[in-house]
Amino acid sequence: MSAGLATRAPLTIEQRRVRSAWWFVAPMIVALVAVAGWPLTRTFWFSVTDANFSDLSVAQFIGIDNFTDLLADPVWWSSVRNTLVFTFVSVLLETVLGLIVALILNSHFPMRGAIRAAVLVPWAIPTVVSAQLWNWMYHDVFGIINESLIWMGVLDHPVAWIANPHTNLWAIVAVDVWKTTPFMALLLLAGLQQISAEVYEAARVDGIHPVKVFFRITLPLLKPALLVAVIFRVLDAMRVFDVIYVMTGNNQTTMSISVYARQQLVDFQNVGMGSAAATLLFALIAIIAVIYITAARIGKET
Amino acid sequence: MKLSSAKIFASLGLGLIFATASLSAQAATVSISCGAVGQEADQCKQGVEAWAKKTGNQVKIVSTPTSSTDQLALYQQVLAAKSGDIDVFQIDVVWPGILGTHFVDLGKSFSQEEIERHFPPIIANNTIKGHLIAMPWFTDAGLLYYRKDLLDKYGKKAPTTWQELTDTAKEIQDKERAAGNSKMHGFVFQGKAYEGLTCVGLEWIDSFGGGQIIDGNGKVTVNNPKAAEALTWAASTIGTIAPEGVLNYQEEEARGVFQAGDAVFMRNWPYAWSLANAADSPVKGKIGVTAVPKGSDAGKLTGALGGWELAVSKYSKNQAAAIDLVKYLTSPEEQKRRAIAGSFNPTIMSLYNDKEVTDANPFMAQLYDTFANAVARPSRASGLKYNQLSSDFFNAVQSVLRKQTDASSALKQLAAKLNQLSHNGKW
Repeated sequence: MSAGLATRAPLTIEQRRVRSAWWFVAPMIVALVAVAGWPLTRTFWFSVTDANFSDLSVAQFIGIDNFTDLLADPVWWSSVRNTLVFTFVSVLLETVLGLIVALILNSHFPMRGAIRAAVLVPWAIPTVVSAQLWNWMYHDVFGIINESLIWMGVLDHPVAWIANPHTNLWAIVAVDVWKTTPFMALLLLAGLQQISAEVYEAARVDGIHPVKVFFRITLPLLKPALLVAVIFRVLDAMRVFDVIYVMTGNNQTTMSISVYARQQLVDFQNVGMGSAAATLLFALIAIIAVIYITAARIGKET
Repeated sequence: MKLSSAKIFASLGLGLIFATASLSAQAATVSISCGAVGQEADQCKQGVEAWAKKTGNQVKIVSTPTSSTDQLALYQQVLAAKSGDIDVFQIDVVWPGILGTHFVDLGKSFSQEEIERHFPPIIANNTIKGHLIAMPWFTDAGLLYYRKDLLDKYGKKAPTTWQELTDTAKEIQDKERAAGNSKMHGFVFQGKAYEGLTCVGLEWIDSFGGGQIIDGNGKVTVNNPKAAEALTWAASTIGTIAPEGVLNYQEEEARGVFQAGDAVFMRNWPYAWSLANAADSPVKGKIGVTAVPKGSDAGKLTGALGGWELAVSKYSKNQAAAIDLVKYLTSPEEQKRRAIAGSFNPTIMSLYNDKEVTDANPFMAQLYDTFANAVARPSRASGLKYNQLSSDFFNAVQSVLRKQTDASSALKQLAAKLNQLSHNGKW
């Protein structure tokens, strides 16, 4: 026994550390394969079959037919467009507003703790509830938004925010911004608190203008937190489902890719087509993530 | 000796018979899924508990989502897995084609008389390839609600054609607005892109004599001038007598406007009657109900068929008890109780002559023809693809209502889509 062990060259410290690292990571990898890898593989498989929800066992391989059907469907393309517009506009607004809120919350003022907690309320309300609340507020006959805007003289007749195809996507973006800005603010606030007070102290001693301080000190030092927060939100916004589904259902003028995939999968029982849509969404998100991370890394090196 | 052994055998035999009898009388546990909208769950519970008490069986109620779309998704999962967890399913009138293969043929367990006392169109709707896969439980038809007080005030009567409705709605809306009631609208209905708009759109087209999207054999018939006329009229209401927001209304949004007193006419289902006449309703006692109007004098009064059925799962382990429960719940006695207590329209024709039922719900007697001849959505001919057909249809109707397309080109595109979906009407 001991002779056998002795013949093997002793592990270096480095090797031993790698080995124990693998042991620590292993449960995580197993869990990921089980909860993410397996469903993902199945989705990929279904996307090249004619699977129907009523009986998944008889699915036949049909090659890329689902994907060609998908790319020929104008509704698919409008859902891609809606998803990209929604993601770009909502994340942009959330980042700018979130940063402003974070800067305010980072300064010292009375009741700061209470206000920090209060800001989080929109984020804490389940989306299904808040989307339905906003639906009523947007209502063209009894909604409070029309009521207030008419009272203030901004509008002279009520607007059907959710029903009008020119305003409905923007109305949904507004709800998402309202809901997610606090989350963005919280992430950025954490970043701001990492910045040491001494840097600001030095800038103040040197008499630097506050605007310059923001662009030359705060923003560069906040960049890592900002990049993480934005990628978080972008990936999340690309998958948007609940707020759109609750507010306008399967309406094609606001349909996102996830709503499209769900409609194919559940309403139409067309598991093949729905999986193809989900697969393309996955690919789209992966591409955006890779581009973003690469760009961020290049930005860091220069 | 001989005698005594005969005695022994006899007593053994008796014992065996007794044992089998007690075995078959042993209480079964049947689980049933009931709807959960408004009073549904409560009334369902009362019904099944009465059956349980009568037969000594036990019943478990499985709660389901309130949205029928989510409910269908749940059922499809349970049934696709061949699970016996739910024995009796409450299913929508448009689902037999989608779910039919999972249910037992009830035609063998119910007598001819028990079947024929229900409305024939519903029985036909629930018969898939010669199998009666569900028994009618309660029915629904699209109705036109109106403000009796406003019509009286302006000397109008309830409309029987859409043109009359348009004129009356416009006049009352304009005069009421001029009198300071700025929120008044002429007409509200369900215009959101969902199943409800399929019902509403089908009513419009049917009322103009434009058919039912596809015919009984599955042939796509929706692209015709009468259907185009119907949708052109419907689009003309948006922004004139109907608020633009109807394009996002479901049943409850329409009822919200009507019940607040802000609309002259509303298209909705019977359930709105008891709620609009509840003690806290601003329009209590001021409303009337009539059939959905005709397109023209040549058209017909209409109303889309809704309603719910009871089906027994093939995978049920207690089929006999489950069928008995369905028999009890769809019986005249139980349907009568539910009609009086919860305004659930009976599917048994003779109950519409029952004084206690019609006293509680005057509109049931008055609109008997509407309920008897309600126009069914084409779910039977389109089978598994019904949902896709319905989605294509309501999206086409909505694009006309939004004025993005004109009616005839929208219908032409829709027909092309449906032909592609169905391989030229073969579904």
